[in-house]
Amino acid sequence: MDERELRRLIRRVRAGTLSRRQFTRMMVGLGLTAPMAAQMLGAAGVARAQSRPAFTPTKRGGGGELKVLWWQAVSILNCHLAVGVKDNDGARLFNEPLAAFDPDGNLAPILAAEVPSLDNGGVAKDGLSVTWKLKRNVQWHDGKPFTADDVVFTWEFAADPTTAATTTGNYKDITRIDKLDSHTVKIVFKQPTPFWPIAFCSASGLIIPKHVFEPFKGAKSREAPANLRPVGTGPNRIVDFKPDDVVRAELNPHYHVANAPFFDRVELKGGGDATSAARAVLQTGEYDFAWNLQVEDDLLKRMEQGGKGRVDFAASGNVEHINVNQTDPWTEVDGERSSIKTTHPLLSDPAVRQALTLLIDRGSMQEQLYGRAGQATTNYINAPSRYQSKNLKWEFNPDKANQILDAAGWKRGGDGIRAKDGKRLKFLLQTSINPLRQKEQAIIKQVAGKAGFSMELKTVVASVFFGSDAANPDNVAHFTADLQMYAWQFAADPQPDMRVFLSREVASKDNQFSGRNTTRWRNEEYDRLWLAAEGEMDPVKRAAMFIRMNDLVVQNAVVIPLVWRNWVSGVSNRLKNTDISGWDSSFWNLARWYREA
Amino acid sequence: MRTYLVRRLVTAVPALVGTSLVLFVILALAPGDPFGELATNPNVPPEVRMNLRKQFGLDDPIAVRYVRWLGSMVKGEWGFSFVSRVDVDRLILQRLPTTLFVLGSAQLLGLLIALPVGIYSARRPYSLFDQAATTFAFVGFSLPTFFTGLLFILLFSIYLDWLPFIYRADLQVTGLRWVWASFQQGIMPIAVLGLFQGAALTRFVRSSVLEVIRLDYVSTARAKGLTEGVTLLKHVVRNALIPVVTLIALQIPQIFTGAVVTEQIFRVPGIGSLLIASILANDTPVIMAITFVFSALVIVFNLVADVLYGWLDPRISFR
Repeated sequence: MDERELRRLIRRVRAGTLSRRQFTRMMVGLGLTAPMAAQMLGAAGVARAQSRPAFTPTKRGGGGELKVLWWQAVSILNCHLAVGVKDNDGARLFNEPLAAFDPDGNLAPILAAEVPSLDNGGVAKDGLSVTWKLKRNVQWHDGKPFTADDVVFTWEFAADPTTAATTTGNYKDITRIDKLDSHTVKIVFKQPTPFWPIAFCSASGLIIPKHVFEPFKGAKSREAPANLRPVGTGPNRIVDFKPDDVVRAELNPHYHVANAPFFDRVELKGGGDATSAARAVLQTGEYDFAWNLQVEDDLLKRMEQGGKGRVDFAASGNVEHINVNQTDPWTEVDGERSSIKTTHPLLSDPAVRQALTLLIDRGSMQEQLYGRAGQATTNYINAPSRYQSKNLKWEFNPDKANQILDAAGWKRGGDGIRAKDGKRLKFLLQTSINPLRQKEQAIIKQVAGKAGFSMELKTVVASVFFGSDAANPDNVAHFTADLQMYAWQFAADPQPDMRVFLSREVASKDNQFSGRNTTRWRNEEYDRLWLAAEGEMDPVKRAAMFIRMNDLVVQNAVVIPLVWRNWVSGVSNRLKNTDISGWDSSFWNLARWYREA
Repeated sequence: MRTYLVRRLVTAVPALVGTSLVLFVILALAPGDPFGELATNPNVPPEVRMNLRKQFGLDDPIAVRYVRWLGSMVKGEWGFSFVSRVDVDRLILQRLPTTLFVLGSAQLLGLLIALPVGIYSARRPYSLFDQAATTFAFVGFSLPTFFTGLLFILLFSIYLDWLPFIYRADLQVTGLRWVWASFQQGIMPIAVLGLFQGAALTRFVRSSVLEVIRLDYVSTARAKGLTEGVTLLKHVVRNALIPVVTLIALQIPQIFTGAVVTEQIFRVPGIGSLLIASILANDTPVIMAITFVFSALVIVFNLVADVLYGWLDPRISFR
């Protein structure tokens, strides 16, 4: 799909022959994100679509207690110092960003009076600045007014390298923020930034109060008491926080949205496992909402039969995939395995790579393991066929794989394993400890085994597999295996995520394996495209570039996408208006949640 | 006696230091660090992770880190969690009441089951009651706690809908309703743990009483005309329970450190779940503090058990 076809689709949306939602789904199927699709339509002047579901309560409060269950407990209540996704959700109870991404990928203003765009002059045509108008009459929980100073301070706090904020990446490309008046800020970027919502939007964009955090800038940031007793503008105020256990909050009587919030108290309990969390919402009704239910769909279906709750599937950018090692993990060069000075003896043969992709039974994985929680993969599209990218097709064909291998000279040996020039087709596939993943591994091993592959399986405990220790040989960065499998969570814009295929990001001993390119693939065309996309202001041209980048990595079998996973939550039947968005925190719309009597 | 105590306390110090050294070295050598999740987040530049590691002193050599830790422990500063920056002693104290409540009650329940059942079994060995009790005891400590826990949840919470299965440390009600609510949510984890411990203890009590009940002086007591009740309680039990008391004294440190599996299943915010969460997050200061407390308690209660045994049984002398 190239730029011309993309523009044709956009014209159809404008004419009304293609719905906005269908267009967004096609774009996501091609590897982009919903916020990008929304940006493309917005730039072409397509008016905003359907409004969000109605919020019916007519007065603030009176809703009693909202009990929510996270199976990973919250450790800290400041999103800029948070290590995990769960901490962002905890912080979101109290602090808010300027705008958030709704389930369709559109920006919804929260602390901003309106969303900047090219039309209203908020977004500069050269992409070097964006002007935000802030909402007036918003108070912090301690009564002080919310002003532009707080926005400027949040940037300084997050961008300061001595703070070691985990959200630094979103703020380091800002040159300065001009305070045009008490409620208007102009963000000036170092270079043209097509994805300007990178700052102050969504989970990593919560605004923190200057008057509370001023004494705790830089290295003292982690000592601030507001990290544990936050002061924010959100619908709830802190009552109590026990790290790694429970967060308790009460209604904010001065919240800036009329008749909101509905709930008098909120309790966010953490710990345990996903299955019992699902039970608590769907079967016993003890809790109203459960987060991130990574449970087999069969089990969830059975639990739903109780009639107390339902499972909510939200489209998000989560792709379960396999990394294909382009280097040799079994040869050590200067004390380093998987060094870029080597190439993989087996996987450098395109026939082997092609055969491997044909042997992955994605259909079974989706049906048996994910059910409703898995959809068309981001880079590959399953069905319906009208969403199929003309460039890429998903195929499961063991016979064809066998033919390709035979034609390339890989003959079966006496033990059934194919070999060529003395090299046997033996692979090590590693992944984290997770029941679903172990089943995926088993499926792959079985089918590949029949085609003459010898697939050895390895599992590593999640905290080690995703750990960042330079001396840890079992983590994804070291990649001491031939294939590794895990999920990638795409952010609202693909730019930072596609960094993982850049030549300069290769993880190696020199950078203590902190580089993000675990496959160690290097390609000039890809590098060129990525750099061009960084500064390309036309969203349609930029989308075409990302599609081309996707095609490159998938066609060269650098990654093998498996299942595009939805974001799964458990919601009580009486809880309304949760409107879960896969592009933002589960709490992006918390102020508008309510419960039917 | 005094020299014995002093000698034991003096040898306890190198034991503690040795335990903490071994633990610290293992933790330092183990892969993973508290900032691992940042590695898979493309928005976080690697310099942030490096900076954090340096800030918390994770890149210093092990010996330096250990001496630093030991020094501050001795001074009474237990450090702070890498993840939430909360003082470690505050974290532990926050969870101590819950742990003591759940595990203390479980121990009590275990005792309340084991003592009468064990004594009665020993009085009439190989009777129907004894066979039944023995079978239940074996079943009880063969079934792991995660299995019985899940079974209880499925039965009492989901099928019968009698009890809530998520433990909340701070209930928002007061007075009698608080007592009832605490009972409702606590009875399942307490029962799971209590039955498990009771099962093991029953067998022990039974064999201990059986040993004593066969001795000559018991027959003498009966021959003298003492009632069965008096014989049992005043003579048999008091002697039979000496080893049981010491066993319980050795089990008391468990009350303070929690039962990891049960706490995970029922989401009890106890010290056990804190330990597991810290291990998985590689939060070294918290792990070291909890294990240090545990080692100290084990050493102290070993001493208590020895002294108690010597006090209860006059035949023992300390040298």
